[in-house]
Amino acid sequence: MNSRPLQTAQPALLEVRDLKVTFNVGRTGLLPWASPRLLRAVDGVSFSVNAGETLGIVGESGCGKSSLARALVGLNPIAGGEAVFRGRSLGNLSKQQWQDVRADIQMIFQDPLSSLDPRMTIGDIIAEPLQVQRPGMGRREVSAEVERVMLRVGLLSNVINRYPHEFSGGQCQRVGIARALIVKPKLIICDEPVSALDVSIQAQVINLLMDLQYSEGLALVFIAHDLAVVKHIADKVVVMYLGRTMEAAPTNVLFDSPMHPYTSALLSAVPLPDPELERNKAVQILEGDIPSPVNPPSGCVFRTRCPKADDACAASLPMLSAIAELHNVACLKAHT
Amino acid sequence: MALLEVDKLNVRFATPEGEVAAVNDLSFSLEAGASIGIVGESGSGKSQTAFALMGLLAKNGRASGEVRYAGVDLLSLPEAELNLRRGAEIAMIYQDPMTSLNPYLTIGDQLTEVLQFHKGMDNRSAVAESIRMLDAVRIADAGKRMGLYPHEFSGGMRQRVVIAMALLCRPKLLIADEPTTALDVTVQAQILALLQDLRRAFSTSIILITHDLGVVAGVCDSVLVMYAGRVMEYGDARSIFQAAAHPYTRGLLHAVPRLDRRHVDATDMNSGRLNTIPGNPPNLLALPPGCPFAPRCIDRTTACLQAPPLEVFGQGRRRACHRAIGDLTDLGSPLKFTP
Repeated sequence: MNSRPLQTAQPALLEVRDLKVTFNVGRTGLLPWASPRLLRAVDGVSFSVNAGETLGIVGESGCGKSSLARALVGLNPIAGGEAVFRGRSLGNLSKQQWQDVRADIQMIFQDPLSSLDPRMTIGDIIAEPLQVQRPGMGRREVSAEVERVMLRVGLLSNVINRYPHEFSGGQCQRVGIARALIVKPKLIICDEPVSALDVSIQAQVINLLMDLQYSEGLALVFIAHDLAVVKHIADKVVVMYLGRTMEAAPTNVLFDSPMHPYTSALLSAVPLPDPELERNKAVQILEGDIPSPVNPPSGCVFRTRCPKADDACAASLPMLSAIAELHNVACLKAHT
Repeated sequence: MALLEVDKLNVRFATPEGEVAAVNDLSFSLEAGASIGIVGESGSGKSQTAFALMGLLAKNGRASGEVRYAGVDLLSLPEAELNLRRGAEIAMIYQDPMTSLNPYLTIGDQLTEVLQFHKGMDNRSAVAESIRMLDAVRIADAGKRMGLYPHEFSGGMRQRVVIAMALLCRPKLLIADEPTTALDVTVQAQILALLQDLRRAFSTSIILITHDLGVVAGVCDSVLVMYAGRVMEYGDARSIFQAAAHPYTRGLLHAVPRLDRRHVDATDMNSGRLNTIPGNPPNLLALPPGCPFAPRCIDRTTACLQAPPLEVFGQGRRRACHRAIGDLTDLGSPLKFTP
C-alpha cells in the first residue's frame, strides 16, 4: 500500500488556527439596549489540510461543523482566530477578494436539490462559476468545459438543457460536484454531501469524490455525521462537540484508539451491519442531550454528558494537547 | 397463531400520470414479541406498507390483500372499528417527531387524550399514567414537563415523547417508520436501547422500517428487503447478513462503508473503493419489464425479463431471483476499478 505522508515539509494548503464563528441571537432582556446574546457556534478550532488530503470533521447536530464549513468559503464571517489558505488570510476579505479565493475553494452542499437554482438548466448551473471567475472566456470554450466536467462526474451531455427537478438526488449531487469542479479548485468543502442520498447512490458519490481527489489532486474537507463514511474517505479526522475540538488524529489512529470519552461513545453508538457484532458490542449510552451553545457548561463543554467527568472538569477548560505524535486530545482525563 | 399475518398486500395509487404500484404481493407474519425489519431505499414501498397496515394511506391510495391482526382483517374493517385498535393495540412512531406532535397542545394534553379516548380514564389517572410512561422512556422531571409544548423539547426528547405516546395503551404491535433517522447517533443509541427494553418489558412486536442496515442488525429477528415495491429477500436477520442470497441485498451490504473495517488510503484504488449498485432506482410509473432490479443487477440474464417468483429456500427464507445462489457474483472482494 502506498500511503501518502500525513505531514509534509511544505506549508499546509489550509491552516486554521483558533477559529471562531459567532452569531448574535436575541437579547438577554426585553429592553432594546440590553446586550445581545452570543452563540459561539465554533469556539477555537485548529487544523491544517495539505494538498491532496482529506480532512474529516465529525460531530452531532449543533456541534458547529456546518458553521465552520461556511466560514471557510465566506458564507459566515470569521469572528476570531484565523484561516490561512495558501498564505492568504481569509479574515476580513472583501466580496471581491472572496471571489478570488473561491477560484480555489469550492463547496458542495448537503441538500442536492435545494442547492441548485430550479429555474436554471443543468448546463447553466455548472457554467455559472466559470462565467463569474473567467468573464473573458468565450461561450464555446465554456460549453466545452461544462461538457468535460459533466463527463467527469458521470452525467451524460444530453441532459445539459434539463432542469434540476428532473433529476434524482444522486444526479443532483453530481451536478453540485460538477459545479464545484469546473473552476479547478484546490480545495472542496463538502458539507454532508452524501447524507441525503440512498445507500446505493451514496456509494457512487463517495467513489466519485475519491476518484476526483486522486486524479485532480484535490484536497477535501469532508463534513459528516456518519462516522463510517468519514472513516472510509478521510486521511485524518477532527471530532467536534459544541463548537470545540475534542480529538484530532490520523483516521486509523482515531478509530483504533480513541482517547476522548466523547469519541469512544460516538464510535460505540454507530450500529454495525452485522447481527453478531452489533448484538455483542458494548454501547456507551450518553445520557441527555447536547447543551445549548448560547449557554455552554463551564470548563469542558462535554462534562455534562461525560461518564468520566468530575469537579476538575467543571473548573478548567481542557486544552487540545498531543497525547502521541499527530494525536491531539482535549480531555483532562485522557492524560492520566 | 401469529399476531400479524400479512398476505399478498398490494398498494396502488391513482395518479394523473397513471397507476403506481407502490407495494406488490407483500407477505410476512410476525409472532408476538418478535421484530421484523423492512429495509429498502426511497421509493421501495416500505413506508407505504406501514401506512397500509395502519389504514392511513393517502386518499388516492388503495390497499388490497389481507392484513390479519389477531385473526381480524384490518383492511376490511370499518373506520370506527379501526380507530378502536389504532393507538390502543397497534401504534406507530413516525420519522419526524415534530410533525407527529401537535404544536398547539402541551405534551400532557396529547398524552392524556390517548388514555381518555381508548381507556376511558378520568383526567387525574390519565395524567398519572402519562407521567409514569414518560418516566419509562427516561424523560427526567416528567411531572414538570407535562406542561411543555413540543417545540420546547430537543429532537431526541421529542422522539421519546412520541414513543411514550405510542406505548401508553401497551400496544401489542408497534410500527416504527425510520424512528431514528432524524436523530444523532448517540441519541439513536439511546432510542434503540429504549425500544429493546420496552419490547422486553411489554412483549410488544415491532415492525421497524429503515434504510439503515446497522439498525436492523441490532434490533430485528427477521428482515424483509424491498425494492421498487417488491420483496427481494426475506429471512432471519443472521442468515441475511451472513449469507445474503439476492444480488440487491448483497450489493446493499457491500455499498455501505463500515466502521469495523480499516481505512485504506484513497490511492489504493482496489480496496479503497466501495462496491456500488450502478444506476438509479426506477420510476414506479415506468418500471422495467420483469424483475425491477434487473437493469442495475450485475447478475442479470435474459431470464430476468420475466419477473422471478418469491421462492422458499433454506430455513423459512425466501428470495426473488432467477439465478442460483451459487451463480451470483461473489462480492467478497470489491469490484475492480476501471478508470
